[in-house]
Amino acid sequence: MATKTANRIAVTGNAGVAQAMRQIRPDVVAAYPITPQSDVVEEFSTFVAEGTVPTEFLPVESEHSALSACVGASAAGARVMTATSSQGLAYMWEVLYIAAGNRCPIVMINVNRALSAPINIHCDHSDSMGTLHSGWIQLYCKNAQEGYDSTIMAVRIAEHPDIQLPVMVCYDGFIVSHGITSLEMVDDEEVASFIGTRKPPYSLLDAEHPISMGNLAFTDYYMEVKRQQAEAMRHAPRVIQEVQEEFGKLTGRHYGMFETYRLDDADFVLVALNSTASTSEIVVDELRGKGVKAGILRPRVMRPFPWQEIAQALSRASAVAVLDRAQSPGGNGGPLAIEVRSALYELERRPRMINGIYGLGGRDILMSDIRSVYDRLQKLAEGRGPSEFEFYLGVRGD
Amino acid sequence: MSVNLKELSLKQETLASGHRLCAGCGIGTIVRMLTHACDYPLVVANATGCCEVSTTVYPYTAWRSSWIHNAFENASATISGVEAAYKSLRRQGKLDQEFRFMAIGGDGGTFDIGIQSLSGALERGHRFVYVCYDNEAYMNTGIQRSSATPLGANTTTSPVGKVIPGKSRNRKNLTEIVVGHRIPYIAQASPSNWRDLIRKARKAFETDGPAFLNILQPCVPGWRYEPNQSIELARRAVETCYWPLYEVENGEYKVNYQPKVKLPLTEFIKDQGRFSHLLRPANAEVLAALQANIDREWELLLKRAGVAPKEAQPAATT
Repeated sequence: MATKTANRIAVTGNAGVAQAMRQIRPDVVAAYPITPQSDVVEEFSTFVAEGTVPTEFLPVESEHSALSACVGASAAGARVMTATSSQGLAYMWEVLYIAAGNRCPIVMINVNRALSAPINIHCDHSDSMGTLHSGWIQLYCKNAQEGYDSTIMAVRIAEHPDIQLPVMVCYDGFIVSHGITSLEMVDDEEVASFIGTRKPPYSLLDAEHPISMGNLAFTDYYMEVKRQQAEAMRHAPRVIQEVQEEFGKLTGRHYGMFETYRLDDADFVLVALNSTASTSEIVVDELRGKGVKAGILRPRVMRPFPWQEIAQALSRASAVAVLDRAQSPGGNGGPLAIEVRSALYELERRPRMINGIYGLGGRDILMSDIRSVYDRLQKLAEGRGPSEFEFYLGVRGD
Repeated sequence: MSVNLKELSLKQETLASGHRLCAGCGIGTIVRMLTHACDYPLVVANATGCCEVSTTVYPYTAWRSSWIHNAFENASATISGVEAAYKSLRRQGKLDQEFRFMAIGGDGGTFDIGIQSLSGALERGHRFVYVCYDNEAYMNTGIQRSSATPLGANTTTSPVGKVIPGKSRNRKNLTEIVVGHRIPYIAQASPSNWRDLIRKARKAFETDGPAFLNILQPCVPGWRYEPNQSIELARRAVETCYWPLYEVENGEYKVNYQPKVKLPLTEFIKDQGRFSHLLRPANAEVLAALQANIDREWELLLKRAGVAPKEAQPAATT
């Protein structure tokens, strides 16, 4: 219910997310522009300039300082946001672990873009995939609507008393960040009451109860601190689902830990993140029309990775193709394939699995590419066709 | 703004005893002077370094004020985030109490790896006091050279060898780099001249904008001297004009102390192991080059401050 056509607007993904930030009214935003994230920061700057938000905006001199300032502001009890992409996220890398280790519930937008070298401004997932182990909750979004919705939900998830961890909201550079689509906004007041105000358990700005944060922990205490951090992440699936349910009641838009498309009776399943998963639905429909039982599973939450549920959802498939828009050269497949294959290990009967590397540096993924993947899966199930685990899609000389 | 020792002695210490700084370390002395100069609740952002590792070994802390350590190079960005949160929360009526903000780092965290973060925060105009405790090398990690290490000093990465007599470059003048940011208040101070240091710290905390204090910090293991000589060495650094005491307030230079007799540099270096090789005749040229650098910097400073140099001094020793 509650679909209000009056709130429907046509925006780019970045502008939609900037609207979510306006509605969240963070106390502090510190950010550094980088393509294709820049217009998030630019749009938000205009809200600051117009006085629409009470935010203290820090146009810092680098991404390293952006996240460093966010850690300081978050430790001071503020609700804090930032946005970045690619090299910017890589430059933040050191502070990513510090934000998580110090339990700072910062919300960051990461517009997925390829990493250098060669330098490239277009979409792939190598930036955020490189940060999987940093202790951040990671949400991956297929379109502008999901980016907008996830940004709002991320505040609640991050600041939940059982969590107190930073959250990264990821969506595809240019494809989603710059493509104009229809987006349904939540009312300003509804966003305000949905997210509430931040209630930090402690703050640097409490003179009666001074704290020391970021202490040196040696061999005698380091592991206890890290173990507590892992425990907070263990609560995240429950909290994420609670927040998503509540958001679903408010908006009629329901989200899970992952999304499926015609998966229930599927023999041949494609696993992919973000926009590729949703555009591949066309190919699934086409194949279904021909009697091929094709389906899709799109992980939405990469951390915490819902591996048991994903294994269950894939358990009846005969063959699975994980598509990775990132590499892990020399690894056991791309980053997503490593996660999925590990998840399948617990199954008594495992589907066959292959891993396609695609779309690096914004290389187009065509319907014919997706068709070719399902074709490989069918051949694999029939015991014919190429047997290598990892293959590249849409690359010259392959 | 008189500095009254009796009044200071009544203030509660912000840095509690029981920290793990070396015997004779200048940092504890400097931090106590700084915190005594602040009449408001304080939030401190500490760069990775000696001060940080020695005062907050988990699960303990020596700090009675709020304190945060983020990483090595980002104390300035961190405190700018804290200050931004403070401004935002106050503006929205979510916070009443008034605070002051201090970032503190060594020469590694300030001159070198942290200079970008410092420059950015100064340019953005946050109200905070940045304090560099300059012990002239990466002391915490084992006495490696920094860009604050003076010419000829023996460090573990500028060791004295058969062909190279210690560090081959002059130290850079960070205070002058900060002057280029045109912030309201900048000063150099020394723990030997404690009245001057506390007065400057008070001014810095009262500044409505960024303030920067560069404070020379004698380091027992890094400079290699007896632990009871820290303040004496800081004093000799001032008396030789190796470490001039001056301030730059809204662009106006003021030399706060001109020694009656400018002592030769040997008076500063003679009791320090890091310089012992410079006293050998074979290294006379290095010593002369170091002296020349100190003289040139001192003359430049006097010129900027519009002060006439005193009469040529006899090269007497004390």
